[in-house]
Amino acid sequence: MAKQAKQQVDQGKRNFLIAATAGMGAVGATAVAVPFVASMLPSERAKAAGAPVEVDISKVAPGEMLPVEWRGKPVWVVHLTPEMKASLGKHNDKLSDPMLEVTSQQPEYCKNATRSLKPDVVVMVGICTHLGCSPTAKLQAGGDMGADWTGGFFCPCHGSKFDLAGRVFKGSPAPKNLEVPPHKYLSDTVLLIGDDSKGTA
Amino acid sequence: MKNCMKCMLDWVDARFPLTSNWKTHLSEYYAPKNFNFWYYFGSLALLVLVIQIVTGIFLTMHYKPEATMAFSSVEYIMRDVTGGWIIRYMHSTGASMFFVVVYMHMFRGLLYGSHRNPRELIWLFGVGIFLCLMGEAFFGYLLPWGQMSYWGAQVIINLFTSIPFVGPDISEWLRGDYVVSDATLNRFFAFHVIALPLVLLGLVVAHIIALHEVGSNNPDGIEIKAKKDPKTHIPLDGIPFHPYYTVKDIMGVVVFLIVFASVVFFAPEMGGYFLEANNFIPANPLVTPPHIAPVWYFTPYYSILRAVPPILNSQFPGVVAMGASVVIFAFLPWLDRSPVKSIRYRGPLYKRWLAAFVVSFLVLGYLGTEPSNVWGQFAASMPIIGGADRATVVARFFMAIYFAFFLLMPWYSKRDTTKPVPERVTA
Repeated sequence: MAKQAKQQVDQGKRNFLIAATAGMGAVGATAVAVPFVASMLPSERAKAAGAPVEVDISKVAPGEMLPVEWRGKPVWVVHLTPEMKASLGKHNDKLSDPMLEVTSQQPEYCKNATRSLKPDVVVMVGICTHLGCSPTAKLQAGGDMGADWTGGFFCPCHGSKFDLAGRVFKGSPAPKNLEVPPHKYLSDTVLLIGDDSKGTA
Repeated sequence: MKNCMKCMLDWVDARFPLTSNWKTHLSEYYAPKNFNFWYYFGSLALLVLVIQIVTGIFLTMHYKPEATMAFSSVEYIMRDVTGGWIIRYMHSTGASMFFVVVYMHMFRGLLYGSHRNPRELIWLFGVGIFLCLMGEAFFGYLLPWGQMSYWGAQVIINLFTSIPFVGPDISEWLRGDYVVSDATLNRFFAFHVIALPLVLLGLVVAHIIALHEVGSNNPDGIEIKAKKDPKTHIPLDGIPFHPYYTVKDIMGVVVFLIVFASVVFFAPEMGGYFLEANNFIPANPLVTPPHIAPVWYFTPYYSILRAVPPILNSQFPGVVAMGASVVIFAFLPWLDRSPVKSIRYRGPLYKRWLAAFVVSFLVLGYLGTEPSNVWGQFAASMPIIGGADRATVVARFFMAIYFAFFLLMPWYSKRDTTKPVPERVTA
């Protein structure tokens, strides 16, 4: 025993073995962590649940809106009156992105004055771009929103304001306009939310 | 009989360090003899932890972590489970009382310098416990699946969206879906009942082991181990934790339980501060309640989040400020440069800053429970702040004080005039 204890320990070899063992262990632990981390991503069922939704808009009178659910989110279908439509062009200087330069917020075919396919029917996701609350509709001008309010949406959580086309007013905590989801019309009064592919649905 | 007990104890001691642990942590753990009111809150925090674990176990026997059943299962516990209402109210009251007790415990640290050398690690474990507790409260709050649960979780998870580049992916990963949904509820349940409690228990053990290694601080902020009896090596100002402080703490427990029971029986909702009215409405993903606010113990940080304006169209700075307002506690042992620990021997500078910090914490806490237009707006004609929400401007001012208390501490704590520290503890 005494003789053995005297033997020189090859510290270099020992360090190499420790580093190699720890390194391989870390690689193994990382590999094992992958399925655990990945298991928290949206499941295949959650991904498949995003099916498009058909909406009959014939009963939405001018000046009213219809909330529908798509992928668990509220989507608003707003029918504008001619006065509402006219008001949209008048406050561009108060908006953060009046010219719709942030392209992620609407499909290319909605890059117009009312952000919509039909000029009097606006479709948008009713989720504030700030922290995801659902803004409250304040469609009528004036009222408790103050004399210069021209109609739109007010987020109760942190006070973001949007106009009737979902464009965000300057000074709001929300950084972007409300999102316009992909959509198309199957007939004059039937709207399909969540699918804008050409051809028959 | 007595002999038999002794031989059983010997049998165990030969196999497990029972007697030696009892001595190390209780009967021969010498704590300073001058503990006061502020020293109740450590043992009370332990008591609340036990209440939360026991009531939590019994709640899981009836609760269903599933989006279509969660809300009704909580109502089922409240109405149909025998004794369910008291178990649930103990758990919800316990959550708020946990923060009351922990805030008092932390304030004790600020008063007497309990975070200072050689107790930095105790303090860091404590900050870890505090973070865990915040996580527990947040995850637990989603479980009743009321409107406030749902939209609170929606807002907090969306905070991560503002992280540049990877934010949206992180939010989606946390939710496990594109919106807060059944998948989110199910995983929050897992975090709330097993993942975080395990971490919490581990940290509590580490907190106490570290404390018993270096010994307790005291209202004079001096080390009792510096003056020991030459023969016994027992600190001259130390008394055994058991029976002296076990008895003192039982007295604290009795008073605490009177308060606790009063809340459970007479004001379990505490006027909407412990349980919010909107949470008695089932979660509705399509409608946000007109006023959403976090539970009271999160409101100071929430105020800070709201007070920071978006910079370069990003909410991220606000999120960073909110995170910093919590994490900054961890740096306290190194920010404090005073030659003395206890407020008894500190000068006016520290006392004033500490008072200003407490005031700003309370004002921010109050403002966080209210909508940002609660005090109306400044007249549009005023320079700079014209038209701004009064409450937002006030919140910004107190946020500045809050951070200045920490960030200026290296200077004012060093410059402060101090009184001479006594050799032995005073009464």
